[in-house]
Amino acid sequence: MKWLHKDLLDVSQLSKSEVMAIFETAGRFQELQERPVKKVPTLKGRSVVLFFAEPSTRTKTSFDVAGKRLSADTFSLAKSSSSLTKGESLKDTALTLQAMAPDAIVIRHWCSGAARFLADRLDCAVINAGDGRHAHPTQALLDSFTLHQEWGDVAGKTILILGDIAHSRVARSNVILLNKLGADVRLCAPRTLMPPAVQSWPVTAYSDLNEAVKGVDAVMCLRLQLERQKDGLLPDLREYAQTFGLHQCHVDLANQDVRILHPGPMNRGIEISSDLADSAESLVLDQVSSGVVVRMALLFLYMTRKGEE
Amino acid sequence: MPKIDLILHRAALDGKEVDVFVGKGKIVEIRPSVETLDAGDAQVEEAFGLTLMPSLTDVHVHLREPGYEYKEDVESGLRAAAWGGFGNIMCMANTKPVNDTQSVTDMMLDKARRYWPHGPRLLPIGALTKGLSGKELAPMAELAKAGCVAFSNDGVPVKSTKIFRLAVEYASDWDRVVIDHCEDPYMGVAAGVNEGEVSSRLGLPAQPDIAEALQVARDVLIAEYLDLPIHLAHISCRKSVNIIRSAKARGVKISAETAPHYLIFTEDYLEDPNSEYDTNAKVNPPLRTRDDQAAMIEALNDGTIDCLATDHAPHASYEKETEFDVAPCGITGLDTALSTTWALVKEGVLTRETFIRAWTTAPCGIFNLPVNTFQPGDPADFFLFDEDEEWTVSSQTLYSKGKNTPLLGTSLKGRVKTHFIQGKKVV
Ligand SMILES: [Zn+2]
Repeated sequence: MKWLHKDLLDVSQLSKSEVMAIFETAGRFQELQERPVKKVPTLKGRSVVLFFAEPSTRTKTSFDVAGKRLSADTFSLAKSSSSLTKGESLKDTALTLQAMAPDAIVIRHWCSGAARFLADRLDCAVINAGDGRHAHPTQALLDSFTLHQEWGDVAGKTILILGDIAHSRVARSNVILLNKLGADVRLCAPRTLMPPAVQSWPVTAYSDLNEAVKGVDAVMCLRLQLERQKDGLLPDLREYAQTFGLHQCHVDLANQDVRILHPGPMNRGIEISSDLADSAESLVLDQVSSGVVVRMALLFLYMTRKGEE
Repeated sequence: MPKIDLILHRAALDGKEVDVFVGKGKIVEIRPSVETLDAGDAQVEEAFGLTLMPSLTDVHVHLREPGYEYKEDVESGLRAAAWGGFGNIMCMANTKPVNDTQSVTDMMLDKARRYWPHGPRLLPIGALTKGLSGKELAPMAELAKAGCVAFSNDGVPVKSTKIFRLAVEYASDWDRVVIDHCEDPYMGVAAGVNEGEVSSRLGLPAQPDIAEALQVARDVLIAEYLDLPIHLAHISCRKSVNIIRSAKARGVKISAETAPHYLIFTEDYLEDPNSEYDTNAKVNPPLRTRDDQAAMIEALNDGTIDCLATDHAPHASYEKETEFDVAPCGITGLDTALSTTWALVKEGVLTRETFIRAWTTAPCGIFNLPVNTFQPGDPADFFLFDEDEEWTVSSQTLYSKGKNTPLLGTSLKGRVKTHFIQGKKVV
């Protein structure tokens, strides 16, 4: 298929059929994961810059592996090694990156809108690997892909996103994507961690986890930034863990084959009980392997978009 | 009759064609136009086809000199004012060093006299507290004597209610009005985006409208308690308007301004696909909702909001060409205010009476400044403008050093052709 987009800034840009095309491509790459030599020459000679202005070992490694499996050359520009710490502006970083003439740039940045900022200024594909509190499209795609693999179809399922919604780009992108795919989305968080205008979102919002979890098909836990307590958004972590942490008693209220997701890294015992993280219901490790193939699919589609397949 | 030294010939004043006779910098007489004029040795300015307007007054401008001359300086700010139709501009004290001593005020006034000897008039606003610290009162007597026409901590609102109250009292001893930037220091972050649906979707830290309204309520109570005037800067939301309206109804000495950008833009601009995260629209207080916009227009027309002010906040392009969180707040305004607000009159959103009141009589009344109402004896402060001339907002067409406006690239109507202050042609 001919891929029309230059950049991936958020899942809101994608049509349902484009999401399906990504899943289909990811599915084909999944086969590759089982081979002894997990590498294809598809993107040989192409280069991908991994520009991580905010540290993230997981997402960065995932993109790195994805690029290398497609034989692309991957280069890292991390915050510590770039001039960012010396106060270089994002514009100058963008110009520097442009001068290196990569075929794609994967950007992670602490400011909402930073990916769009680069995309407006660069000719190559820009893939948003998380910008501020705004969007994390590849995470949302891999979450839905994981569920898609489990269920065959996400439509008609009820999915609960649990935790710090207000500050979460993972939640924002997942709400948009899951709705697009026909799922019912619920959110659960204390009011201080809910976005201020959540009533305008296509979701049902809860503050009581026992209510929220009733009859759901999957629970997506979010990582709690521990400094939220210092910001005054929570009284203390113990109370949070007791009230909004996911425990076996909640799983018992959900649908029988409930699935549990977490984007990692987990605070065991805070947003999720350690037992549940390792339980049969947990898809946490499937998410990691889905992450690689979904990112392979994205790199492939965005970096070969000029020619037809 | 005093000697006539300037005659405006065939200017359109409020729909009538008039000849305006000026002597010694003042309006002497206005007559229905005659075809051929006996001018004597007076200078004649042919104004046929041009609209005559009294010079506007802007009570809220950031000129950036001293300290940030790369953003704007006295010379470039006055140039933008002259071409923007402004005869008086009041400039805020948040310079570096802060305008909290006579020497800073003197320096600004010296520069103004050197570059623009005939105007526009530069009217400094002194700091309310030393260094805008919010802790110690600024030497207001010294500043008033040096030429400061008002006092304000704009940019850094005074946190302590007690200090703010004392500052209002002390300023009143020198017959100066205090201007307050209304932002609850604990509720509000100067995030540059309104808290609500748009900020939720964009994932930006945001400021709720009550951050402003809480401080408006505080100021109303202080003004009422002290029976002293307080002027509220750049009001942006319906909640504030409601508080001001009821305060005025019971006679509280509160006055208020709003800025053109709150009339012509809303928060929706920031999530429009063409302007998503545009830092040129990052301003404090932030662009609010459509309902707030409607409230501002109603309040201007019914007089709850007394006047318009640009809150001209020039920044260098590189400072704005950055991540939204990192960019400074502010929109450049002196160049575009006339065109954008006159367009609202043409569209029937504002009345002509509102426009004239909001840009001339009301601000001059509040701060005790000379005003031209086209009566004999009024200062000959006026400009001629071509209402139909189209111009595109760009870094070339803006006279200010600040090119930071969401209007970049848009086409506006109305351009100043000549501007007289006290009968002297300044542009
Ligand atoms: Zn202000």
